[in-house]
Amino acid sequence: MQWGLFSQGFVMTQNTETASSEDIVVNASELNFFYGDHHALHSINMQIPRRKCTAFIGPSGCGKSTFLRCINRMNDLVDGTRMEGSLLLDTMELNSETVDVIALRRRVGMVFQKSNPFPKSIYENVIYGLRIAGVRNRALLDETVERCLQKAALWNEVKDRLHTSALKLSGGQMQRLCIARCIAVDPEVILMDEPCSALDPRATSSIEDLVDELSQEFTIVIVTHNMQQAARISDKAAFFYEGHLVEFGDTEQMFRKPANQQTQDYITGRFS
Amino acid sequence: MNLANKAVFFLRGIASFVSQEPREANTEGGIFPAIFGTFILTLLMSVAVMPFGVLAAIYLREYARQNWFTQTVRISINNLAGVPSIVFGVFGLGFLVYFTGSTIDKLFFSNSLPAPTFGTGGILWAALTLALMTVPVVIVATEEALAAVPRGAREGSLALGGSKWQTIYRVVIPAAAPGIMTGLVLAMARGAGEVAPLMLVGVVKLAPALPVDGLFPFLHLDRKFMHLGFHIYDLGFQSPDSDAAQPMVFATTLFLIALVVLLNLGAIAIRERLRRKYAVGAF
Repeated sequence: MQWGLFSQGFVMTQNTETASSEDIVVNASELNFFYGDHHALHSINMQIPRRKCTAFIGPSGCGKSTFLRCINRMNDLVDGTRMEGSLLLDTMELNSETVDVIALRRRVGMVFQKSNPFPKSIYENVIYGLRIAGVRNRALLDETVERCLQKAALWNEVKDRLHTSALKLSGGQMQRLCIARCIAVDPEVILMDEPCSALDPRATSSIEDLVDELSQEFTIVIVTHNMQQAARISDKAAFFYEGHLVEFGDTEQMFRKPANQQTQDYITGRFS
Repeated sequence: MNLANKAVFFLRGIASFVSQEPREANTEGGIFPAIFGTFILTLLMSVAVMPFGVLAAIYLREYARQNWFTQTVRISINNLAGVPSIVFGVFGLGFLVYFTGSTIDKLFFSNSLPAPTFGTGGILWAALTLALMTVPVVIVATEEALAAVPRGAREGSLALGGSKWQTIYRVVIPAAAPGIMTGLVLAMARGAGEVAPLMLVGVVKLAPALPVDGLFPFLHLDRKFMHLGFHIYDLGFQSPDSDAAQPMVFATTLFLIALVVLLNLGAIAIRERLRRKYAVGAF
C-alpha cells in the first residue's frame, strides 16, 4: 500500500455479505493502472459474479472504462500503460506477460460505445470471429448466424437480407448486430462500454431487454451513464470516482440505500 | 469528298496512327510500339511499386515503434519524392543496369557474353527505376489511408480475438483501399509521363521488337522499348527533318495526355467502387 490511498479519504464499502458464496468469474485485487505517469485506477478490489449483470457507474474519467478494458486487455493498444496487482479471470491471471490475449478476447467479448460493424454483409459480420478462428464448416456457420441473430433479437428484421451490407442497418440494429457478433464466439464475459449512449430511447430499451435476456447465459459487465438504466438491468453495481472504487454491491440496495455519501450524491444527481 | 467520306478518311487515319509501326525515321506511319511500350512499362512499374510501397507503409504505420528512427525514415521518404527524376535515372543505370544486370549476365547468360542481355538498358530496369521514383508517393498515400481507418474498426476485430495481422488484412487494408488506390493513381500518372530517367535505362527511338510477343517466354524483360514521351522528344527535337515531323509531335502529345487522363479515370473508377464497398463508420 505504498500509494497512500487511505489518506485520501476513500473508503471502499462492501454492502453485501453474500460475496463469498457467489460464483466469481472476474476477481480484481489491489489492481492499479497507469497511463504513463497518470495513475488511473487505485487499488481496485472487486468480485464480479458469473451470469449476472454488473453495472459500472460514475462520472466521466473516473476509470470505469479503463477497468472494463483491463478485463480483455484492450488497454494494451495504448502505448505506455501499466497494470499492477492481480486480475483473475476464473483462475487465469490477466496481469501477466504470458497471457494469450487472442484466446483471452475470445473468452471476453466486447461491445463498444459506437457500434462498429465491419463493412461487410450482415452474415459475414456475425461469423467474423469464427472465420478468423478458422471455422469453415458451412452448416455450422449458417446455424451460428441464425442462433446469434435470434439471441440478439435481430433475426426477424434481417433474415431476408443477410447478405446485404451491415452498414445499411439503423443505429440500434447495428448495435444489436455487434452484440450478435460478440456472442457468436461464445464468450464467458461480455463487456459493454456505454452501448446505448448513441441510441434513441426506443433502440435503448430494446438493447436493455436484450442485456437482461443475455445475463441469464453470460456474465455481463456494462458501463453506463444512465442511472435508471443501471437500476433497471443490473444485479450488481459499482460506483467509481476519480479512479477509486467507492462502492460495490447489490444494485437494489445501492440505489435504495447507498452506504456511501458520495454514491448517494451521484445517484440522486446532487453531485458536484 | 463528301462529309461521310471525310469522316471515314479521318477515322481511318486515326486507326492507322495508333495501330501501325512508324516509317521514314518515325516521321510517317503510326506510333503503336510507343503506345505498347508505355503501357507495358506503366503496368510493370505498378506491379513493382504496389506491394513494395504498401508493405513498407504497413510496416511503418502498424508495426514499427514510433521513435526518432522511423521519423527519420519518414522524412527521408518524403525527401525522396522531391529528388529530380534524372537522378533516379543515373541510379538505375549505375545500380540496376551496370551492377545488378552485369551480375545476372555473368551468372545466367555467360554464354552470350560479351553481348549483354540484362547488362544493358531494358524495360525491366526502366520499370524498376520508375518504381523507385514513385514509391514515396505510394508510401505516403498508404500511410495516410491507414492512419485514417477509424479506431473502432480495429478494436472491433481485436476484441473478437483477431490477431494483429488478421485485423490488418481483413479490416484495415480493405478500409484503406481507396486511399491506397489514390496513391497508385498518382504514382502511375507520374510514371507514365516521365522521360528523363528512361533515356538512361533503356528507351530507344526505334525498337526492333515489342517487349511482349508470341515467342517464349512471351514477356521479354531484357528488351529495349519505345515510349510516347521519348517519342515526342525524338520526333520534335532529334529528327533530321523536324518540320515534317511536326504533325506527329502534336498528335503524339495529344495521345499521351489522353492516355494519362484515361489511366487516371480508370483508377478513380476503381477507387470509387472500393470506397462504396468498404465505406467504414457510416453511423
